[in-house]
Amino acid sequence: MKYMLLVYGDENAITQPEREECYGEFAAYARNLSAEGQYLDAAPLHSVTTATSVRVRDGKHSVTDGPFAETREQLGGYYLIEAKDLDEAILIAAGIPGARFGTIEIRPIVEIDGLPSDRN
Amino acid sequence: MSHLVSRRIENIYRVESRRILATLVRLLGDFDLAEDALHDAFAAALAQWPRDGVPTNPRAWLITTGRFRALDALRRRVRLEAALPALAGQIDNDTDLSEQWDDEGTIEDDQLRLIFTCCHPALSADARVALTLREVCGLTTEEIARAFLLPDTTLAQRIVRAKAKIRAAGIPYRLPEIHDLPDRLDTVRQVIYLVFTEGYSASAGIALTRPDLSGEAIRLARLLKSLLPDPETDGLLALMLLHESRRLTRTSPTGDLVLLKDQDRALWDPDLISEGQELVEAALKSRRFGPYILQAAIAAVHSEADTPPDTDWEQIVALYDVLTQVSPSPIVALNRAVAVAMRDGPLAGLMLIDSLMTSGELLDYYLAHSARAELCRQLGRTTDAVTAYERALALTEQKPEQRFLTRRIDELRAENK
Repeated sequence: MKYMLLVYGDENAITQPEREECYGEFAAYARNLSAEGQYLDAAPLHSVTTATSVRVRDGKHSVTDGPFAETREQLGGYYLIEAKDLDEAILIAAGIPGARFGTIEIRPIVEIDGLPSDRN
Repeated sequence: MSHLVSRRIENIYRVESRRILATLVRLLGDFDLAEDALHDAFAAALAQWPRDGVPTNPRAWLITTGRFRALDALRRRVRLEAALPALAGQIDNDTDLSEQWDDEGTIEDDQLRLIFTCCHPALSADARVALTLREVCGLTTEEIARAFLLPDTTLAQRIVRAKAKIRAAGIPYRLPEIHDLPDRLDTVRQVIYLVFTEGYSASAGIALTRPDLSGEAIRLARLLKSLLPDPETDGLLALMLLHESRRLTRTSPTGDLVLLKDQDRALWDPDLISEGQELVEAALKSRRFGPYILQAAIAAVHSEADTPPDTDWEQIVALYDVLTQVSPSPIVALNRAVAVAMRDGPLAGLMLIDSLMTSGELLDYYLAHSARAELCRQLGRTTDAVTAYERALALTEQKPEQRFLTRRIDELRAENK
């Protein structure tokens, strides 16, 4: 089985040095999982203030600042993509079937050192 | 001599600094780096030009110098931190692209890139406005804060956040793809119109108009028009010019609001009106009928009437009919109702407003209640008029509007005694 583990927390509750330290632990835990053959992929996300939401209704794209905030809809899937900039990421997001009835939240990933390199 | 040179540098700063910044943002890939580079370049000019003379191409000199200083500072930082080899490689790679950036086409594209980045839909509306005024217009954070009646720190934080999002989320510094262009251009026009309306009618506070912001908005629209011609941008510019032409007559010497029908039309600015009218005519010929073109056309019909009774309400209602189809909104419906009242009498207008309100629209919009009050007054329904004016008064925080509404209520009560 494959599982997706989502990390929630109050991003303002820790200081920047604490965050850096947490990234170190984050990468170390990923290496442990990798040694056990249990690792596929992981990354911290940039602050929610860098989020962008994309919807497609009646064939029209709508792009808004900020995270997805509807409580009556649930997280239903994910894509991890490579794009040259946010415009390209928005275009890809708008092509996801779920964008036609739900919302795609785009979150940039923080590149950190020390993650296992073999993604299997 | 050196006095003359520094005057010339000031002049170059005024005319060229925003264009130089736009190019530096592209070359350096970062707003803060580019702003520092711009500052350093002009500081270098002030130190060297009085001694060595003004270079033949000051703009190219300033771009080269700014870029060189920024890269130099970056290299020093890279050496100190030693952890940025990728960045160092990138700097060395593009150190030798000399002089490629100094043709008009590239400079204009850089300005457009700057505008589109500052008005990116992934930024909040507040952030777009603040960033555009800061980066494209060159206003200081303090000036923007004053214009929006906000604390400096709030504005500064808004700009810092916006730049952080541009960097972290990868908002690009390039022209939108063709398929995105219409939407992206609409967002830019929205930002410009927001700046204008904020300057034209303060949402809260003492003064009804703040001319600096309106002037910036008109300048921005002229710039956008010259960089990327589009009939709807002409419509936006025309709309702002036609509103601007009435600025002097919109408020009394004591700062009170003067209604369109009571304004001294002899004081409307004829140059702004004729420029606005010409733009509207040309834009209408495109047969594109966007919301700004239509609103400008309505403003143009008003500007053609020498006295209020000369107003062609037939044509204004017809234009509102098209506007209702192109961009329906409760506010458009309200304005249409007022135009219908002028054409067919107060009762016809009142029925339209009442049906809008029964459907739940506009209940919190003070202008809807004040329009309703005026129509009730004309129909002799004084008690209804007073109630509606009081409702409007409770819904606005703008001092001149409050004074206007209070005056109306007092007049009605006096008549009724």
